[in-house]
Amino acid sequence: MNNMDLLKISYLLGSISFIVGLKMLSSPDKARKGNLYAAAGMLIAIIGTILFHQNDAGERIGNLAFIIGGILIGTIVGYAIAMRVKMTAMPQMVSLFNGMGGACAALIGIVEMSTHHPTETGERLIIFLGLMIGSVSFSGSMIAYGKLEGKIRDYGSKVQQVFNNTFVFAILGLIIYASVRPDAIGDPVIWIIFGCSLLYGVLFVMPIGGADMPVVISLLNSFTGVAAAFGGFLYDNQVMLTGGILVGSAGTILTILMCQAMNRSLWNVIVGAFSGSSGPGKSTEGLSIREISVTDTAILCSYAQKVVIVPGYGLAVAQAQHVCHEFEKVLEEKGVDVEFAIHPVAGRMPGHMNVLLAEADVPYPKLKEMEDINPALPNTDVVIVIGANDVVNPAAETDPSSPIYGMPIIKANTAKNVIVMKRSMAKGYAGIENELFFDDKTRMLFGDAKATLEKLIAEVKNV
Amino acid sequence: MTLLQETSDFITIFGIDTPWDVLFVIIIAAFLGVELISNVPAILHTPLMSGANAIHGVVIIGSIIVMGHAAQDNYLALGLGFLAVILGTLNVVGGFVVTNRMLEMFKKKEKK
Repeated sequence: MNNMDLLKISYLLGSISFIVGLKMLSSPDKARKGNLYAAAGMLIAIIGTILFHQNDAGERIGNLAFIIGGILIGTIVGYAIAMRVKMTAMPQMVSLFNGMGGACAALIGIVEMSTHHPTETGERLIIFLGLMIGSVSFSGSMIAYGKLEGKIRDYGSKVQQVFNNTFVFAILGLIIYASVRPDAIGDPVIWIIFGCSLLYGVLFVMPIGGADMPVVISLLNSFTGVAAAFGGFLYDNQVMLTGGILVGSAGTILTILMCQAMNRSLWNVIVGAFSGSSGPGKSTEGLSIREISVTDTAILCSYAQKVVIVPGYGLAVAQAQHVCHEFEKVLEEKGVDVEFAIHPVAGRMPGHMNVLLAEADVPYPKLKEMEDINPALPNTDVVIVIGANDVVNPAAETDPSSPIYGMPIIKANTAKNVIVMKRSMAKGYAGIENELFFDDKTRMLFGDAKATLEKLIAEVKNV
Repeated sequence: MTLLQETSDFITIFGIDTPWDVLFVIIIAAFLGVELISNVPAILHTPLMSGANAIHGVVIIGSIIVMGHAAQDNYLALGLGFLAVILGTLNVVGGFVVTNRMLEMFKKKEKK
């Protein structure tokens, strides 16, 4: 067997491991193995490339010191970051690493174009598109990261939306022009496209609200997949093609599934119907809220038969998952049946709440999905909403003018009593009022979720 | 190799001679990705996204190729290529490790 065959075999193994890995990632008991398979396949493909790759001129991979040095640095830094990150900050991490991949794709495009100056239209087009998508993915992911870290605020206006849409077509136009007419602008066009794409990534994510960040990260994830596939197209590299396209299509489907969970179209998310353009929903002026004390909450829960906890982003922010599990155990010792109601888009990523509660060792069967828990809610004595807002807003069912109208919700308002734990009366990420808070059955328990839960545990023990 | 070259016809897309095989790979991989994802329980969405995130780190292979064929005196290519290798590795290693950490928690819990 010659080197070329060995290279192809390593790529075949890599591709198979990606497919099997993705498949196994879709079932809870095999997921971890699937991830390891995919990682092993990646390692094989990387080693295969270093050992056996030849370019058209038959030259082997050179600059090995740089390559291995780069891989070592990346491995050490990546491992250190990934091991240190708290589980609550995980969505940010996915966004950060996604951005790294996007930047890698963009740099490949820059080097390829500025070194080899290809003149064929198709080749130029592929390189420029890979460069553009990689750059958008990079800067967009960094903004998404900043937003989830709470360092960047939402900013957007109608004017900017119009500008964004014009801008993206302008960049595409420039790419087509620079591909068809290689000599027209020269090398600076590489940097112009790079700069404009980075700027577009920023402008693209900036107006999109916090509630939509999961969708955005998933979308940028599939963007990076497509950028990798363009690289595969350019180098006629099978493993980059299969890996990139698998992620591109899987990421797109995942994005669409997420949008469906919110009953919105992808377009609606991107043009940002939540921010600015939508009405404020039903006015809640003149309505009053009622507070409840920690002691009364403890008594109410202790004598309940069934309590359902609805966790949201507030739980993640307060790092209250362990205390929450503690609270659940204390109540169960009192003979109360406790379950968790998980909305698919609660938190900042789909499944965010599952991962968070799994970290705190909440037993698997206790986590109920929305469709399973809703029929049981009318027979539930107390629903405790911890740091969730839009996912329990009845306006999604009753108010056609509401921006979240049609989104499936956890019907907390059908339970006998509702207790809402919140830091303040601030609105949810959709920026709309929540009628549930003003419902006759609802009592508000203000304060940090973690501190309040700790007090509750102590009180329940005393009952 | 000869087998492939003899059986593979080429089609010109945007001026590039593309083996038909590449088109088949693209189409089949695209549909496969959709099929693989469609039956995933919501609970696994985050680990799955994270796993997919690690897999597109395969772009690192492109950076190895760029770096591996860069001329010794082409400092731009060497510098940016080096950076690309580091970033690509970050994507791969960080992605797989974070995914593994998430899934570790599921496993621990199921044993109980």
